[in-house]
Amino acid sequence: MSMKIKDEPFKDRLDESLQNSFMRNAVSQAQGRFQSRKQLASDELGNWEEWRSHGEEIRQHVLENLDYYLQQLSDNVSSRGGHVFFAATAEEATTYIKNIAREKQAKKIVKAKSMVTEEINLNAHLEEMGCTVVETDLGEYILQVDDHDPPSHIVTPALHKNKEQIRDVFTEKLGYTASSAPEELALHARKLLREDYLTADIGITGCNFAVAETGSICLVTNEGNADLVTSLPKTQITVMGMERMVPTFEELDILVSLLTRSAVGQKLTSYVTVLTGPREELDVDGPEEFHLVIVDNGRSDILGTEFQSVLQCIRCAACINICPVYRHVGGHAYGSIYSGPIGAVLSPLLGGYDDFKELPYASTLCGACTEACPVKIPLHELLHKHREVIVEKEGRAPISEQLAMKAFGLGAASSMLYKFGSKMAPSMMNPFTQNNAISKGPGPLKAWTDIREFPAPEKERFRDWFEAREKGGKQ
Amino acid sequence: MMITNRESFLATISQRLGRNAIPAEKLERKWQYSPQYEVLKDTTQDELVEILMEQCKNIHTDIAVISSEHFSETLRATIEKYGSGSIMQWADERLQTLHVSETIEQLDNTTLHTWNPAIHQDNITIVEQANIGITYSDLTLAESGTVVLLSAAHKGRTVSFLPTNSIIVIPKSTIVPRLTQAAQFLREQDHTPSCINFITGPSNSADIEMNLVVGVHGPVRVTYIVIEDI
Repeated sequence: MSMKIKDEPFKDRLDESLQNSFMRNAVSQAQGRFQSRKQLASDELGNWEEWRSHGEEIRQHVLENLDYYLQQLSDNVSSRGGHVFFAATAEEATTYIKNIAREKQAKKIVKAKSMVTEEINLNAHLEEMGCTVVETDLGEYILQVDDHDPPSHIVTPALHKNKEQIRDVFTEKLGYTASSAPEELALHARKLLREDYLTADIGITGCNFAVAETGSICLVTNEGNADLVTSLPKTQITVMGMERMVPTFEELDILVSLLTRSAVGQKLTSYVTVLTGPREELDVDGPEEFHLVIVDNGRSDILGTEFQSVLQCIRCAACINICPVYRHVGGHAYGSIYSGPIGAVLSPLLGGYDDFKELPYASTLCGACTEACPVKIPLHELLHKHREVIVEKEGRAPISEQLAMKAFGLGAASSMLYKFGSKMAPSMMNPFTQNNAISKGPGPLKAWTDIREFPAPEKERFRDWFEAREKGGKQ
Repeated sequence: MMITNRESFLATISQRLGRNAIPAEKLERKWQYSPQYEVLKDTTQDELVEILMEQCKNIHTDIAVISSEHFSETLRATIEKYGSGSIMQWADERLQTLHVSETIEQLDNTTLHTWNPAIHQDNITIVEQANIGITYSDLTLAESGTVVLLSAAHKGRTVSFLPTNSIIVIPKSTIVPRLTQAAQFLREQDHTPSCINFITGPSNSADIEMNLVVGVHGPVRVTYIVIEDI
């Protein structure tokens, strides 16, 4: 799977999502739970705003000194016996990883959940060369077993599926015979995955944070799958987006605390694991060989631009969990592995406007995302900046907006036409009007009314009302 | 070890940051905020134990706080509660000071194994089949209910996550307020262990309809035994 997860046009994706009532219900319930947990976890600290400000200053400092810290990180990984590969593009990253798989004659690869490996489409590349790739995060595992159904949320990827659907998939694909109880489903996955960990040749992980000072990587999970991926196979490959770094353990404390509280409302998740290099002499578990792959893939193009702050992101999904648009359409409608407000900002930057130009418009600019972000990324302002770029530099406003502006320009340019148009509007729009609102508009208005109502034109024009008022008439 | 493609990669970044080269001198970290030091400030050791016990309710973890003379009976009861069977412990002197081996050897229906670097991969075979793993907390975080396990040759990583049940011994003296103190402690060490595990209760997942399932890849049940050593 690459960044783009759907080929259908944006509007078709929206229609499909809006008709999926299970998914919409699941998403709104999940949002409610995520929000209340996060609220509790942040209230508990008493000075959440200070924590956010500290998180923000750390992330900004790292971005402003990214070259320095990446140099320090790679020196320290290397001095602890790890290999570091800097990949400017997705292709460089996948080629390097494929070469390791080839060299190790790897048949089976176990993976812990990682957005950046989705972004570079790693699994498909490894499967193409004949490797079996097993996702070990329960949510990702379910999606993989279900013929690679795309993830719809960056923290709980199978949010759009119910337990009956999961049972049916397990029954069909894994010979599962028990009920749809989540405990039984999880137990079945536990048994099968145990075997995979023990027989895998390579373990691949993402990286929540790398610590420059010690050359460590930090993995955050509740399931403990990342620990098994990194302690049983002989070779470990960790893939990280180049910006996911902190200077020392002291800043790791802040970012991990912000991440677990914002993502799942926990003080810490069940497993926070800090790994430094491969196993040491006499160690029995842990990999013999460790490779860190640091991926740019479009990130450096964002550095130094008005969008730089999006690189502060720690992938907690707090913005997704609060977004009213995500609540209605779910993750798949975004058509990108990165959904919600962060996806709407990041996807056009990493994947280009061709595929993702609609996403910055899938927002009400209400600012709830900005307020929720634990590292204070001004998400709604960045969405607005995207719209400016799309209209002014790219010259490609949405068709309906272009048509509406053209029509208005034409009508407003001549006073005769304007007078006529505004006088005729109420009666012309009458067939479409109900309770002073238009919900199924004609022509260019359709694109608007497909998603929201349009107020019906006032029966009395402002000009007429004003004239009458001057004459001392009706007020 | 090999570092590949670094120069051109970092040059691109320096250029985007508007400079010609990577800063040569050591970077100072100057923070305007430091909220972490306020959390559980001036808390006594006894209060930290209370906080730890309270937090264990949120993380599906049993906790016993006992004096060292009651350790053996608590350990025995916990092992029996978990159904005895095969047990793997760290080869850790601190466990032996508490007579863990002697206690277990007196129990029926148990086989005790001790992590042994000399038998290499056989450790994994044993620990994977073990019903119970016994480890020792190097540092304990009261706020989150977290034990910190530092790996070493005689302290295998997998002892805390492959067996179905996990027993973790916590000396009261290892309890600190939160992750902040662990970060400071780790920075003061000369050597960073290859694996530092911050473990907060049993493995769990909410990936199916947001229902919490306890016990996914790692242990299903966890007991902390806190020993009042101070």
